[in-house]
Amino acid sequence: MGRLRSDLVWVPTFAVLVALAVPWPLWGVDRVVAGLPVWIWWHIAWLGLCTGLFSLFVRSGAWERGMGLRSGTTADDGAPMTGGDRR
Amino acid sequence: MTLGLSVGIVVGYLLLALAVGLVAYRVSETTAEDYYLASRSIGTVVLLFTTFATLLSAFTFFGGPNLAFGAGPEWLIVMGTLDGVLFAVLWYVIGYKQWLIGNRNGYVTLGEMLGDRFGSTALRALVAGISLLWLFPYVMLQQMGAGEALVGLTGGVVPYWGGAALVTLFMILYVTLAGMRGVAWTDTLQGLFMLSIVWIAAIWVVSAVGGVGAATGAMLEARPEFGSFGGGLYSPGFIISTAITIAFGVTMFPQINQRFFVAKSGRVLKRSFVLWPVLVLLLFVPAFMIGAWAAGMPIDVPEGANVLPVVLNEYTPAWFAALVVAGAMAAMMSSSDSMLLSGSSYFTRDLYRPLVSADASEEREAWIARVGVAGFALLAFVASLFRPGTLIEVGSTAFSGFALLALPVICALYWQRTTRSGMIAGVLVPQLAYLAVVLSSVVPVVPTLPRTVAGGWDVALGLMVLSAALTVGVSLVTAPATEGDASRFAVAGD
Repeated sequence: MGRLRSDLVWVPTFAVLVALAVPWPLWGVDRVVAGLPVWIWWHIAWLGLCTGLFSLFVRSGAWERGMGLRSGTTADDGAPMTGGDRR
Repeated sequence: MTLGLSVGIVVGYLLLALAVGLVAYRVSETTAEDYYLASRSIGTVVLLFTTFATLLSAFTFFGGPNLAFGAGPEWLIVMGTLDGVLFAVLWYVIGYKQWLIGNRNGYVTLGEMLGDRFGSTALRALVAGISLLWLFPYVMLQQMGAGEALVGLTGGVVPYWGGAALVTLFMILYVTLAGMRGVAWTDTLQGLFMLSIVWIAAIWVVSAVGGVGAATGAMLEARPEFGSFGGGLYSPGFIISTAITIAFGVTMFPQINQRFFVAKSGRVLKRSFVLWPVLVLLLFVPAFMIGAWAAGMPIDVPEGANVLPVVLNEYTPAWFAALVVAGAMAAMMSSSDSMLLSGSSYFTRDLYRPLVSADASEEREAWIARVGVAGFALLAFVASLFRPGTLIEVGSTAFSGFALLALPVICALYWQRTTRSGMIAGVLVPQLAYLAVVLSSVVPVVPTLPRTVAGGWDVALGLMVLSAALTVGVSLVTAPATEGDASRFAVAGD
């Protein structure tokens, strides 16, 4: 199994990414910035941040390790993996 | 003249999509794996857009702007959070795991995967039956959306049933002729088309009303409460339970769940996962903001009409409004044909073959699948004529029904100790309870059970908790069935 202890940090990271995609700290705030309510800008910036961190998650190899695979050894090339039986 | 042009553009676009499907059909093989999964050969762009276009249904395209128009732009936050972030995380947690398992064992449907793991035809049929049950209102939703769209575009010259019938006809033609490869190809075409057109529409409308600042200013003048986050419909309970039930529900939708088996490689899933939040945002911001801004525009939205076509008719030329409606109808068609295709594979593989005729020939299975699709679509069409609720209401009902499957499935994927009895209890009991809630609002003689409690919390969220508790609890007190095989879900080692 290829899990690293440091990969566990992704669990709270994802939880925070999901939880704060809703701009809770701006509850009831009605300021308009650059033509849109400021909480819409928060959401737009947050989803940009999500894409950035998702990309880091994938590139760091945590994507495979999270499933107990060694990074770089999955069937990225599309070849069916061994071990199961395809019917 | 203009009317002829509008209808011509809509029908022309639908015919173009059909032509693409036929080309795809010509390059396809005749095996079930190719018909349903395009031989697991879908690349990043196509996978991304096929999933995207499937999510893009009448619910997003008309229901979303309508809600933003009526209740405020917070809908953007709800949908962005659930689709852009929570669904992306589930894409990894459920989707990648299912892809790994499916790739090893050759599964085509969720029911097949679970039935094989737990050695249970009953579980397989149960999951397929529940999926088909909730698929019905969602197909109906597309027909309702198409009917309303054409009424809005033609000012009522094309009646509601006419639009619904048109889209029904095209979806039946499409699915029976093209298969997954055709569906995936047109989804890509439609996804790109809609993404471009919705931005052009937004820019057009915004420049007509004097810019983003002016549009927001007019919106706030008409509806000052739209400016502050939360309030009105958008209570914390509503935001959280809507986001959770829809995001989990989406992963269990047959057409989305089957996408988890079709990726060519792990790399395809990774790329789609990374791009998802941005893609979702690119679509939702213009679509929902037009709806919200419309609150401050001097337009008259008739009762029961969709706001988007009304805005476009006011601020853009007729041909452009027709093009947007064509794009939206194409989105509905692509949602529906994906659904019908996946639904038919659930029907033939998980219900017909195991329960009725195990040794039916491939030809007979293909025939049954096509007749099943036509029958299902026609029944949904008939039901859509009764218009049992708003687009958002009908959609949310279906999403919540599917969401109740998600936690037992996650349990099965990650917890080896899960037993067959645990799965059946965790799937069946919450479904029966939710069905009672839904039916009580339709059947007049029984008292209507509440759908939400304590300020917007959806009862489906509570039933999701119940589904997890039952799956875990019953698994702990029962022994694994001898026919089950936990190693089926192992993804590492040999």
